[in-house]
Amino acid sequence: MKRFVLRRLGYALVSLALLSVTIFVFVRLTGDPALLLVEPGASKADVDAVRERFGLDRPLVVQYVRFVGGLVHGDFGQSFYYRTPVLELYLSRLPNSLLLAAVAMSFSLLIGIPTGVLAAVRVNSWLDRAGRIFALLGLSLPSFWIGLVLILFFSVYLGWLPSSGSGSVLHVLMPAFALGWYFAASHMRLTRSSMLDVLGAEYVKLARLKGLPERRVIAKHALKNALIPVLTLAGINLVIMINVAVVVETVFAWPGIGRLLYEGITFRDFPIVQATVLLGGSMIVFVNLLVDVLYGMIDPRIRYER
Amino acid sequence: MNASTAVVVAEVPRPSARRLSSFPAVPVAILVFMVLLALGADVLAPHNPEVGSLGMRFRPPAWQAGGSTTYLLGTDHLGRDVLSRLLFGARVSLVVGFTAVIVAGILGVTLGIVAGYLGGWVDEVIMRLTDTWLALPALTFAIFLAAVMGPSEMNIVIVLAAVYWTRYARVIRGEVLSLKEREFVRLAVIAGCSRLTIMRRHILPNVMNSAVVLATLMLGVVIVTEAALSFLGVGVPPPKPAWGLMLADGKRGLMAGYWWLTVLPGLCIMFLVLAANLLGDWLRVKLDPQLRQL
Repeated sequence: MKRFVLRRLGYALVSLALLSVTIFVFVRLTGDPALLLVEPGASKADVDAVRERFGLDRPLVVQYVRFVGGLVHGDFGQSFYYRTPVLELYLSRLPNSLLLAAVAMSFSLLIGIPTGVLAAVRVNSWLDRAGRIFALLGLSLPSFWIGLVLILFFSVYLGWLPSSGSGSVLHVLMPAFALGWYFAASHMRLTRSSMLDVLGAEYVKLARLKGLPERRVIAKHALKNALIPVLTLAGINLVIMINVAVVVETVFAWPGIGRLLYEGITFRDFPIVQATVLLGGSMIVFVNLLVDVLYGMIDPRIRYER
Repeated sequence: MNASTAVVVAEVPRPSARRLSSFPAVPVAILVFMVLLALGADVLAPHNPEVGSLGMRFRPPAWQAGGSTTYLLGTDHLGRDVLSRLLFGARVSLVVGFTAVIVAGILGVTLGIVAGYLGGWVDEVIMRLTDTWLALPALTFAIFLAAVMGPSEMNIVIVLAAVYWTRYARVIRGEVLSLKEREFVRLAVIAGCSRLTIMRRHILPNVMNSAVVLATLMLGVVIVTEAALSFLGVGVPPPKPAWGLMLADGKRGLMAGYWWLTVLPGLCIMFLVLAANLLGDWLRVKLDPQLRQL
């Protein structure tokens, strides 16, 4: 077990290192990083000052070590626009992103799991077909367009919900649904296929042979086991939600990380863009590590495979 | 209860088998239609998509009060014809989408084959990189790259290819791992073929099916990502007519209820992506039984 955890930890560290190299290299491949790090419209002297301050005239290896050294100390640079450390900004927006992701996740599970179960229990019924169309639409519609159409209906025509901002329960409903539909679709598909797998298992057959009512077989024996992969996916998806909400947050002016990234783009505030990608990637590496280790604890078979 | 379950199980294969053989007429028709519109945009578009007249701002579609047949689908905030912009927008989406999917495919398939066939440290390096890039949230990564490179259609293709090649590499490598144990590859080794020849002549043709399936499934993803990037202002630069850009412009008229600026470009994206996904699903089942679980 210890060796297993250490190996996974090693993989995660390698991933983080590659992540930082990727970001580092791309910034330098595509032009002069000093130009990205100065404010738009800065003078030649300013550019030179930045080049000196960040050691951009030094060899690449030295630059990389300094870059990573900064990251390890939590130094992601200073925002040009807000004039505060990027990490502080990021952390101040994180709760909003978490709230949005949590509500979107609840939507996606409340819709995805029941429809997935029904679709699996009644294969090829109209319910199954309707579910399939719902999933296909969820996977095909751009989330930001769903958001715009929701605004059109519920804010402009009906006037029921506020079109942008945050602060009340009503504010979170539309962005959460726009964000959650895609994930509801993927949770539905996985629930359906996982249920179909489990329904063919020996212990479900035994439960039926014992004469348990079908309802109990499904709820107690099948569903509980079918939910394991779905909940794992949901855990990973929660982190992904936090990081892909950029467009939805922009549409609804929701003050989360995505909105911060959008502001970073529009104000050409490069340190913000860089930090958001780095922190988002690290978050996902960390969650993958967590899932791996938890699975290794539960299931010894995973521990011994390479 | 048992009886009914048995019936359900027995019925499953037949409908799906029928669906398998039936040609996906609807998605193909949508795709062909879109391609024709994009190709004929020069002839079909009634107005210049990039120039409008400010006196004609926010005209509704022809069938609504205040609309006219000059602007069949209305005009935007600069008085530009929405129909013309949609037609030329189809060209942008399709060109960017197809090119990005193909470039990403070439990159991903090559690296996947090399990693899978050569194995060892080459495999280790490529797969570590693939895993790391797969861990990055695709949209955020694309935004980062686009912000670094600056907006242009060419750069969008590079960004999308750089983000999405990993999906190919992962799957193709897996297939190569099993292919290289097969008889015909071993015989080629004995016959003295070089590693390059084996990869090109014996491995590549055998992974093409999967590559085509993946490419079709990726098409929808890539088109949505392009729209999102353009919507955020790091994609296709204005005043070019791209659907994502039209949605961004449409936001100005949203609260005033100018629905056509938001609904129409979105519907175009939806139909194109839906068609690509349906075709991809069909191809997956048809061409590649191994990918059915994907």
